[in-house]
Amino acid sequence: MASVANQVPIAEGLFTWPSNDPRLLGSKCRDCGVVTFPAQSGCPACCGEATETIELERRGKLWTWTIQGFLPNRPPYEGPETPETFKPFGVGYVELPGQVRVEARLKTEDPAKLRIGMDMALVVEKYVERDGKDVIAYFFQPADET
Amino acid sequence: MDVAIIGIGIHPFGRTEGVSGLEQGVHAARGALKDAGLEWTDMEFAYGGSSAAGNADAMVSKLGLTGLQFINVSNGCATGGSALQSAYMAIQSGMFDIGMAVGFDKHPRGAFTVNPQAGGLGKWYGDIGMALTPQFFGMKIQRYMHEYGISEDALVRVAVKNYKNGAKNPNAWRRIPFSYEDVASSQMVCHPLRKYMFCSPAEGACAMLLCRADKAKQYASKPVFLKAVAVKTRQFGSFEVFSQSQALNRAPAPTAQAAAAAFEMAGTGPEDIDVAQLQDTESGAELMHMAENGFCEDGDQEKWLREGHTEIDGKLPVNTDGGCMANGEPVGASGLRQVYEICLQLRGEAEQRQVPNNPKTGYTHVYGAPGLSGVTIMTN
Ligand SMILES: [Zn+2]
Repeated sequence: MASVANQVPIAEGLFTWPSNDPRLLGSKCRDCGVVTFPAQSGCPACCGEATETIELERRGKLWTWTIQGFLPNRPPYEGPETPETFKPFGVGYVELPGQVRVEARLKTEDPAKLRIGMDMALVVEKYVERDGKDVIAYFFQPADET
Repeated sequence: MDVAIIGIGIHPFGRTEGVSGLEQGVHAARGALKDAGLEWTDMEFAYGGSSAAGNADAMVSKLGLTGLQFINVSNGCATGGSALQSAYMAIQSGMFDIGMAVGFDKHPRGAFTVNPQAGGLGKWYGDIGMALTPQFFGMKIQRYMHEYGISEDALVRVAVKNYKNGAKNPNAWRRIPFSYEDVASSQMVCHPLRKYMFCSPAEGACAMLLCRADKAKQYASKPVFLKAVAVKTRQFGSFEVFSQSQALNRAPAPTAQAAAAAFEMAGTGPEDIDVAQLQDTESGAELMHMAENGFCEDGDQEKWLREGHTEIDGKLPVNTDGGCMANGEPVGASGLRQVYEICLQLRGEAEQRQVPNNPKTGYTHVYGAPGLSGVTIMTN
């Protein structure tokens, strides 16, 4: 495994990093309790301004999904593939119990292995290598594969 | 003050090499003026927009520098609808008697390119490959099909119908009907949606002349009256495109809010509508919009399609001009294309695709990023 010094998160504040047990970071409204991801300053539900950053659950259930079937335009896409090496990838929303549904890349792209309601687990790992460093991002994968 | 549409103009949709989006807008504007027997010098104001083809007010250098009030409108997929609503309010307020709403666009080939930061999202969201509208449409219909037991058959039928209607529309882009097999076996784009279930970015333009309803007969033998125009944005809990997260609670979509506001404004209900144009970015969108606009119950769509209720001779013809699927999606023009088609239908001038039995009330609906919807209701 590469040293932490050689790893950078894809964005600051999306998940705890560096960490042996990284968690997604959301915000919880102090007034109405609504949770959003990523963390933000205002509350979209009650229009309140008082939110606190919280760690989100690591496991949840797949709420919906799709398979991205073509290479996205760059920019904004900065994944490592070329038109020749591109393989479809999964995207979905995972419902974290009592908190929020989070949109995420999925670690599987086989429609036969994805089912609404299945248990999913968070994975924080290398997405791409850029400028000699590993860019770390978050994904979800079927819990029985972790 | 009621408002009437007294002139309509269009530049054919699709791909027109060597003609800029702005020039297509000018073509549509001149068509609308000619339709009403009016001159550009008669216009007191204009609202116009495009998303990728420049500022609409640059049209004045070609149409003539009359000094009129011209306001550019930029409101994503609701740009055309917002131009129409602005023109409606300008007349309804009593400030002006007559003016124009115009929309045009010319997008590059291939999928739409999104700038996540312009939409208030982190750069990482595009970096990792989630800033794509087809993913949202795939995920929304995936969930909907799961909840309401709808099969892929319904998705195929929507596309087959729209291409069939487009084949009867001389201004449409795709005028060759696709068979059920063509659609059902086309490439998977964003599961469960296939290539021929999607519209593509394109080019085109539309223009409308509006005036005070009490003066409409001076200009048009068959004016169409705008009974309602409503634009709504998302509320907390609705499932929208480019949402990094979603609330656990569910709230009605902006479409449902815009529909309810429009029906209340017009004093009518879904059962009064004789012909409708519903946003069909892809097959799933048309399906869900049938219910979100109040025309059927969630889950009834498959039965409706099998029984042909949304065909031109059905009980509620939907997307009689072929919709976005057959016309392509020039973002600034699409909303006005829907209005153009309803005007033709209510004037009895839709020729091969004319809805039978003299339709009296028509409906248009757009939906787009980042979660907004525009609805109009018209009568003849
Ligand atoms: Zn709150």
